[in-house]
Amino acid sequence: MSNAQMNGAQILLKALVDQGVEVIFGYPGGAVLPIYDEIFKQNKIRHILVRQEGGAVHAAEGYARSTGKIGVVLVTSGPGATNAVTGLLDAMMDSVPIICLCGQVPTHLIGNDAFQEADTTGITRPCTKHNYLVKNVDNLARRIHEAFHVAASGRPGPVVIDLPKDVMMAKGDYLPPAKAQHKSYKPQVKGDIKKIEQAVKIMATAKRPLIYAGGGVINSGPGASLLLRQLVQATNFPCTLTLMGLGALPAQDKNFLGMVGMHGTYESNMAMHDCDVMVCIGARFDDRVTGRLDAFSPESRKIHIDIDPSSINKNVHVEIGIVGDVGHVLEDMIKLWKSGQKKADEKAMKSWWKTIDGWRGRKSLEYDRTSNLIKPQYAIERLYELTKDREEVYITTEVGQHQMWAAQHFHFEHPNRFMTSGGLGTMGYGLPAAMGVQIAHPKALVIDIAGEASILMNIQEMSTIAQYNLPVKVFILNNQYMGMVRQWQEMLHEGRYAESRMEALPDFAKLADAFGGVGLRADRVDQLDDVINEMITLDRTVIAEIAVDPLENCFPMIPSGAAHNEMIFGPGDAVGKPVSEDGMVLV
Amino acid sequence: MTPIADIKNAHTMAVLVDNEPGVLARVIGLFSGRGYNIESLTVAEVDVQENLSRITIVTSGTPMVIEQIKAQLERLVPVHGVSDLTVEGPHVERELALVKVCSTGEKRLESLRIADIFRARAVDSTNESFVFEIVGDTGKLDAFIELMRPLGLVDVSRTGVAAIARGLDAMRYDET
Repeated sequence: MSNAQMNGAQILLKALVDQGVEVIFGYPGGAVLPIYDEIFKQNKIRHILVRQEGGAVHAAEGYARSTGKIGVVLVTSGPGATNAVTGLLDAMMDSVPIICLCGQVPTHLIGNDAFQEADTTGITRPCTKHNYLVKNVDNLARRIHEAFHVAASGRPGPVVIDLPKDVMMAKGDYLPPAKAQHKSYKPQVKGDIKKIEQAVKIMATAKRPLIYAGGGVINSGPGASLLLRQLVQATNFPCTLTLMGLGALPAQDKNFLGMVGMHGTYESNMAMHDCDVMVCIGARFDDRVTGRLDAFSPESRKIHIDIDPSSINKNVHVEIGIVGDVGHVLEDMIKLWKSGQKKADEKAMKSWWKTIDGWRGRKSLEYDRTSNLIKPQYAIERLYELTKDREEVYITTEVGQHQMWAAQHFHFEHPNRFMTSGGLGTMGYGLPAAMGVQIAHPKALVIDIAGEASILMNIQEMSTIAQYNLPVKVFILNNQYMGMVRQWQEMLHEGRYAESRMEALPDFAKLADAFGGVGLRADRVDQLDDVINEMITLDRTVIAEIAVDPLENCFPMIPSGAAHNEMIFGPGDAVGKPVSEDGMVLV
Repeated sequence: MTPIADIKNAHTMAVLVDNEPGVLARVIGLFSGRGYNIESLTVAEVDVQENLSRITIVTSGTPMVIEQIKAQLERLVPVHGVSDLTVEGPHVERELALVKVCSTGEKRLESLRIADIFRARAVDSTNESFVFEIVGDTGKLDAFIELMRPLGLVDVSRTGVAAIARGLDAMRYDET
């Protein structure tokens, strides 16, 4: 290789192009100036200038989750990198492939408390899948290619590459992406066929089976979602999805029971509790899903498919743990099920479905439809009804009650359409994520379902949205409270609403106007449809503020420290059941 | 009676890692971040050509926690392999300690006698002090140090446990 005339920044850009990067979300600063200079000189990669680095990571997450590609972020040293930390952990918890390029002070200043210096690899070590500090330009290209491989393969996650400024300016050699295997990192993709055989055998003995699928199905690619559908069809098993898994099975599928977990449907949680065989596919028995662990699905034989061996037997002990990529394992599983002409006991299945239909009849997502106030559930329901016939609709959310209502009342027929901060629960996620989704899908209808509290956490990104003329829609359910905090204060702290009321809120319509968008507002039920219709027809940025019932709570709910079969359905229900002391300490 | 699932046992794990900056911090951070115990930790380069270090960790936990620790360690990108020596079969554990004892007269003589029984070597001496070097498993070192305490023990330095499987079993570098 005789092309040693490239400097580090040029090598970086070439590596990014060779990795297929089309978009970078970033913010410049002193330590990354050489990189920005190279970005200036080329046309292959588009740079989106965010307004705060936290926004850049969430935007990259939205981009990645809606496309299946890797999201790329570029930030400067010190505060640039520390601002990115929340987003990195968010991507870690939700398994989103992100490459975060961080500027760093020149190598000879590292450790000197130099201006805008931070121990970025130290700070990000526990919130990334892996991180690198590249001190030598000769290692640069290899490290970048390696980082892309690590971020996207196995269980995806964020990878940080810390880039000292002198390394970016030093001359070195470029190395094209090699097919060479990583020395130590070799995730297992194919599942152990013997274990899959055992799993299929157990599944055929089921009298009350349940498939519990999660984000791993979506991460495995659209093919895996199709395979999940085939498995459900072939077995006629009921299927529930986690928050992260919504869309992996079409919401209209007759075997779909709705979301599982704390705010999941009654039928999902009861089925989870009462099933005798549970097939967990790409989900991780998160505490929002399991409720009280010692009462979690006591009678079931459990099968767990996950690409991350550390997810198996972490919270819940399972009988069969299959390490592998969901798509590959499902393919084998369906083949074995069909070739073995397996069938669950027909009579038992019939009675199981009858039981489930009984639970469905409870209509756990119902709410008071007689109110004069706009119920938040109704607002989401109308948003769904008025957009469901469109080809391409992407929903992002912030975090809180509105997030749960979106998960309950908006229905997803396809994977990669619902972007929400599940594991970390990051308020302020939705707006920048929507921005990233819109960059990836310029023609699509992208809606951030938000609360008035969360939206203010990254509201500065309205300016980015204005700069790139992104027709993102922000659908704010304004209840003048941090609703979920208020709900918990009502249930756990006798209604002492400490600091959960949102005072001095901005006039959101004027805010939209100030950022060059359109502001709409609905105060009455009869205005809602008009506002939604106007919002989705306008080819511009819109903030639609919906004034909803400020005291509405999110139900059904498994209270803290309770089991799946102890759900509460409404305010009346909660009164008689004080939360246990064990439950009080849970979040 | 405590159910088996709740019994905490000590396990000795060998972890083969790329010898690169930050790798020890990753392993230690994993233990502190997830609330696992470290009873002893030893690390040194074992293969200069392949750039590999071996970390020996003595930890304790319930069977489920131990399984988690192994899986979490294997998940780290620079980790080539993890072997739970306690589970995988018979193995040898050794630790080295340097023990300084300052005394005169009968106490000084007694410390020499005990050192002899334990096959500890005096590697430094003055008229009023010895430094003993002792090698053995953790229990032997503990016992020796306890016996030295009334005899003028002033300083102890221990290496932590190094361990290796007995017989033909080896942590092959190409295997994970």
